[in-house]
Amino acid sequence: MKSIKSLLAALLVGVSAGASAQLSIEITGAGANRIPLAIPAFDGERIVSTALVSVVRSDLERSGFFRMVDPGTAPIGESAAVAYGDWRSKGTDALVTGSVLPLGEGRYDTRFRLHDVPKQALLTTGGFAHTSTPYQLRATAHRIADVIYEKLTGDRGVFSTRIAYVVKSTGRFELQIADADGANPQTALASREPIISPTWSPDGGKLAYVSFESKKPVVYVHDLATGRRHVAANFKGSNSAPAWAPDGKRLAVVLTKDGGSQLYTLNIDGSGLQRIGSSGGIDTEPQFSPDGQWIYFTSDRGGSPQIYRTAANGGETQRVTFNGSYNVTARLSPDGKNMAYIARDGGRFQVALMDLATKQTQILTDSARDESPSFAPNGRMILYATEVGGRGVLAAVSSDGRVKQRLSVQAADIREPSWGPFIK
Amino acid sequence: MSSPLSFRSLSSILVLAAVLAACSSQPPAPEQLPSGVENRDPNAVAGRVGNSDGIDPLSMAALKDPRSPLSKREIFFDYDSYVVRDEYRPLVTAHAKFLAANAKVKMLVQGNADDRGSREYNLALGQKRAEALKKALLLLGGREDQIESVSLGEEKPRCEDQTESCWAQNRRDDILYTGEF
Repeated sequence: MKSIKSLLAALLVGVSAGASAQLSIEITGAGANRIPLAIPAFDGERIVSTALVSVVRSDLERSGFFRMVDPGTAPIGESAAVAYGDWRSKGTDALVTGSVLPLGEGRYDTRFRLHDVPKQALLTTGGFAHTSTPYQLRATAHRIADVIYEKLTGDRGVFSTRIAYVVKSTGRFELQIADADGANPQTALASREPIISPTWSPDGGKLAYVSFESKKPVVYVHDLATGRRHVAANFKGSNSAPAWAPDGKRLAVVLTKDGGSQLYTLNIDGSGLQRIGSSGGIDTEPQFSPDGQWIYFTSDRGGSPQIYRTAANGGETQRVTFNGSYNVTARLSPDGKNMAYIARDGGRFQVALMDLATKQTQILTDSARDESPSFAPNGRMILYATEVGGRGVLAAVSSDGRVKQRLSVQAADIREPSWGPFIK
Repeated sequence: MSSPLSFRSLSSILVLAAVLAACSSQPPAPEQLPSGVENRDPNAVAGRVGNSDGIDPLSMAALKDPRSPLSKREIFFDYDSYVVRDEYRPLVTAHAKFLAANAKVKMLVQGNADDRGSREYNLALGQKRAEALKKALLLLGGREDQIESVSLGEEKPRCEDQTESCWAQNRRDDILYTGEF
């Protein structure tokens, strides 16, 4: 019994890389109209099934869009007859049934069905072959959760995506990559000098970031599969704020080689430098619109830091934010319709969201030191850095402000989050 | 933005001199070697040796002599300000003369900002402070190819409390010479 428990514990903790501390996620607010969902134990191989279903459940529960109905303890197989009336009387709208079948040599076939309980109908079926290695088990569970999420909400699930962030402990900075649920953290770069502004390439294969390891900010592009990196921008002065063009071939960066902080674009190998616009003040924090037509950025040209946008191929510059005296770090939603940014109001720095068509804005958080917003690839959540009790933590808020989560690491500061793209 | 050479004559200098006195009693923060893969400046090692590229080791020694104004390597800024204060005129003049007299010597000016608000915007604010000192040095005898101004933004705070006296220590330029970066 003891060995089963410890195996299970190992499965649930996931693959931990070296001394990397596990991110723990706490739900601090949930949506108003959550779908009542029951996920009973899957039939078949019990240890694998228990670990898998636990990950599916926590993914969906954490999203804030579902209310988990107590499924009891009895497993229900994928194709077992469903007593819809019983589930209905428990208040269940959606039910997942599944089976985990051993294929031999440590391989398993997991099949599941998603039922619409009121309609007594099948919404979808699915199946994945996998092994019982902790990594494969979690990946399979995330894919199952993605299918269920998409069927029930109409949006693509982000449970199989990854996040990047920087962990600061005493005298040490680590650029880490973890699954969207914080599991499986891996260190891409460890340094005694600061690392800031990591950002994913559109294909999810690379990270661009700023490292201070040579006594000044230099922009690197880091290939995650090979662990190799190269300098993308190291001109005289400071090099910072990398942003990927949607084609993944060019970066917008901020350079000071001609004096103040100004916007440029270049190829990711550092060639083909072009200046974008010019001002007598600070231009920084560039961000391409998803269609590549615009570059949004922060500028103090009007006297206080505000968000502007300029046509990526040259043209006029328009001011985007007008309320307040400090609006920075523009991040566009994947559909290009909304802009998340940081607004200062009475000394508090908070995540705000602007509908770019109507210019209506909404403050999404109630914290005071928010930074670095980053949209989930489905646009439903915004990951950002904030501070709780003097310590850096990551938090996420839904784009309607209702769902709130917090991610933290024991005894370290965590900051500079960037949510990766969908995995193909 | 005001010209960096319009050294201001402010009554607040006395108050700020107290801050400076407190800070100048501390040695500059020890600079760590880069932990990364490359040394971006191949001349840095030669510069450390001294005479192999024409740098006089005796004049380099003055940079560390506590009796020399050249050992003062930091200047502080007011809140939301990027103007080199009048009180730093002797310090800036001494460093500009040193650069003029030692043509092979290079200088890195690192600007810093306090930690409120966006990291990248604070990086740009630190750059403005570094640029202000660089311009002052250029006007007093330093050469463009001798001085690089960069920013560490809010990333290398000297003081990490959320107090005004702490933030004031972080609104700072540090001066590094050949061999120190």
